[in-house]
Amino acid sequence: MEIKNLTTSFRIGEEYYAAVDDVSLNLQENEVLAIVGESGSGKSATAFSLMGLHNRAKIEGEILFKGRDIANLSTSKMNKIRGNEISMIFQDPLTALNPLMEVGKQIGEVLLLHKKDMSKQERRDYSIELLERVGLPRPERVVDQFPHELSGGMRQRVIIAIAIANKPELLIADEPTTALDVTIQAQILDLMRELKDDLNSGVILITHDLGVVAEMADRVAVMYAGEIVEIADVESLFVNPQHPYTRSLLSSVPATDFAQDRLHVIQGIVPSLKNLPREGCRFKERIPWIEDAAHEDDPQLHEISENHYVRCTCYQHFYFPEESKEEQTNGVTES
Amino acid sequence: MWKFIVRRLIITMPQLILLSLIVFILASMMPGDALTGQIDPNISSEAIEEQREKLGWNNPWYVQYSDWVVGVAQGDFGQSYRFKMPVTDLIWDRMINTFWLSLISVFFIYALGIPMGIISGRWNDKLVDQIITGYTYLGFATPIFIFALVTLWVFGFHLGWFPTGGSVAPGLESGSMEYILSKIHHLLLPGLSIALIGLVGTVQYLRSEIVDTKQKDFIITARAKGAPEQRVYNRHIFRNSVLPIAAFFGYEITMLISGSIFVEQIYSYPGMGALFLESIVLRDYSVVTALVLLFGLAAILGALLSDIILSIVDPRIRIK
Repeated sequence: MEIKNLTTSFRIGEEYYAAVDDVSLNLQENEVLAIVGESGSGKSATAFSLMGLHNRAKIEGEILFKGRDIANLSTSKMNKIRGNEISMIFQDPLTALNPLMEVGKQIGEVLLLHKKDMSKQERRDYSIELLERVGLPRPERVVDQFPHELSGGMRQRVIIAIAIANKPELLIADEPTTALDVTIQAQILDLMRELKDDLNSGVILITHDLGVVAEMADRVAVMYAGEIVEIADVESLFVNPQHPYTRSLLSSVPATDFAQDRLHVIQGIVPSLKNLPREGCRFKERIPWIEDAAHEDDPQLHEISENHYVRCTCYQHFYFPEESKEEQTNGVTES
Repeated sequence: MWKFIVRRLIITMPQLILLSLIVFILASMMPGDALTGQIDPNISSEAIEEQREKLGWNNPWYVQYSDWVVGVAQGDFGQSYRFKMPVTDLIWDRMINTFWLSLISVFFIYALGIPMGIISGRWNDKLVDQIITGYTYLGFATPIFIFALVTLWVFGFHLGWFPTGGSVAPGLESGSMEYILSKIHHLLLPGLSIALIGLVGTVQYLRSEIVDTKQKDFIITARAKGAPEQRVYNRHIFRNSVLPIAAFFGYEITMLISGSIFVEQIYSYPGMGALFLESIVLRDYSVVTALVLLFGLAAILGALLSDIILSIVDPRIRIK
C-alpha cells in the first residue's frame, strides 16, 4: 500500500478546500501505521479517501493498493475492494450497526457481497464462527440478536467481525476505541492486534489517543491541518519527538508517574477547513513566540534520522514558552 | 402480546363510556329535535307533543341516557327518525360504501405517496425533489373540499370521464360484472381526490426520514462493506425510514370506517361521513350518537393497531 501526494478537497461554496493536502504514506504487510492529530487535522478524511467513502470530494494523487491505483475508482469497482480486501472499523459502535437487522444478517451481508458461492446456512455458520473469533460469548445466540440488545463493547466486536470477515489485507480503524470505556478499550486493542497477526494484514489506525498509539503502532504519522508534520517509528517519535506540534501533543498528555500542576495546552484551535493557512508553516500561528525566521517559506519533510521525517525547520528552534517550561521541570524534579 | 391487546381493549371501555356520555349530552343540548321543522303543518302541536312524550324525549337526559345504554348493551342503537329503519342496518349499509371508498383512497395514498417520498428523499434538493416538495406544499395549502369540487367539476362535469355522484349506476343487478365495474367507476374520482391531498403528509414524512437516515453511520458501514447503492437504499435506508409510515397505517385504518365527510358530501356518495352530516342537520340523534361512538371506537382501535404494527416492524419496541 502506497499513498502518493494524496489531496482530498471539499467544495465550500464555489471553491475547493483541501482537507488532506499532499499526503504521502506507505504501509507494509502486518504493519500498524498510526495517524494522529487533533480533530480537523485530516486524519479521518485520509481514511475515508482510502475507502472511497467521500461523497462529493475531489481526490488527487495516487493510492496504490497491490500495485493498482484505487483513487477515483468507480463505485462499482471500489465495491469489489471495500469490505473485501480493504475494510474499516468505525468509531461509534452504537450507531455503526443497522438497528433493524440481526447481527448475523449484518455479518452475512459482507459475505453475501463478496463470497457469492456461500449458501445461506454457510454464511450463518461462518458468522457464528467470526463472532466466536472476536470473543463474543454464546455466539450462536448473539447471531440472532439485534444491536440494541448488545453492549457497546460487544457491538464493537461485531463491527470488527464484519471487518475481518473476508480476511482483508488492509484494515482501517477510525478511532476504534474512542467511544468505549477504558477496560473495554484494552480488550479491543488486544483483539485487534491478535487478529492483525493472524491475518497478516496492514493496519492504519486513526486516533488522537497517544496511549493507543504507544500500545499498537509500529510507525506514527502526525498530521496537522491536512499535512503530515512528522513521521517516525513509534520509539523514536515518543523518545525523540521533533516537530513543535508533536512535542506539544506529547506534553499535553497527563502523566501518571509524577504529579503535574497543570497540563500543557496548545494555544489556539485547529483552523477550520476554509481558514487553513496555505503558505508557510501551518503550525506557525499556534507557536507565536518562535521567531518568523525559524520557519521555512515552503516547509518540506526533512529526514533527520533513518525513517524519521519532520516538516519545516522550525523544530530546530522550538522551545516551550517560559511558564510551561518551568512547570515541566518542576514536575520532573518533584518526581 | 395478547395480554397487552386485551388490557388495551379493557382500558378502552371507560373511554368509550365517557365519550358516549359527552356525545349524548351535546346531542340533547342541540336546539330542536326530529319533530321540529319539516313536518306536516296540518298535524296539531298536541299530537307532536304526544309523540315526544311517547318517544320519551321529555324525560330528563339521564333517564334517556340510561334507556339508550340499556338498548346499546342489547345491540339496539334505536331507530333512525329520518330513515325509519334500525340504526344498525342503516350504518351497516353506509359503512360498506365508506369502506370501499376509503380502501381505494388508502391504496392510492400509498401507491403514489411512497414512491414520491422515496424519489424525493433519495434525490433531495434536486429538481425532481423540488417538484414533488412543491406539490406537497400546494397539497397542504389546498382544502380538500375545494380540491374535490374542482376535480368533480373538471373530470366529472366537463370531461364527463367519471360519474358525479352516487355509489353505483341505477338499474344494475347486484353482484354482476357491470355492477362491480360501475362501483369502481364511481369510486375512482372521489378516491383519487382524497388520495392526492391525503398523500402529502406521507410524502413529506418519508422524505425527511430518508434524508435523515442517509446521514446515519450505519449507512457508511453498509457502503464500506461494498454494498451497491441500490442495496444501500433498499435494505438499509428505506427499511429504516418507513417505520413511522408503517406505524401511521393504524390511523389510516380509522379512516376506513369514519370516511371523509367533505368528499362524500360533495360527491353525494352514500357513506358514513355524509350520513353523519345529514343526521346532525336533521337532528337524528340516535344516528349521531351511534356514529360518534363508532368513530371513537375506530380511533382507539387504530391507535392500538399502530402500536402493534410498530412493535412488529421495529425490533427495538417490544410489547410486554
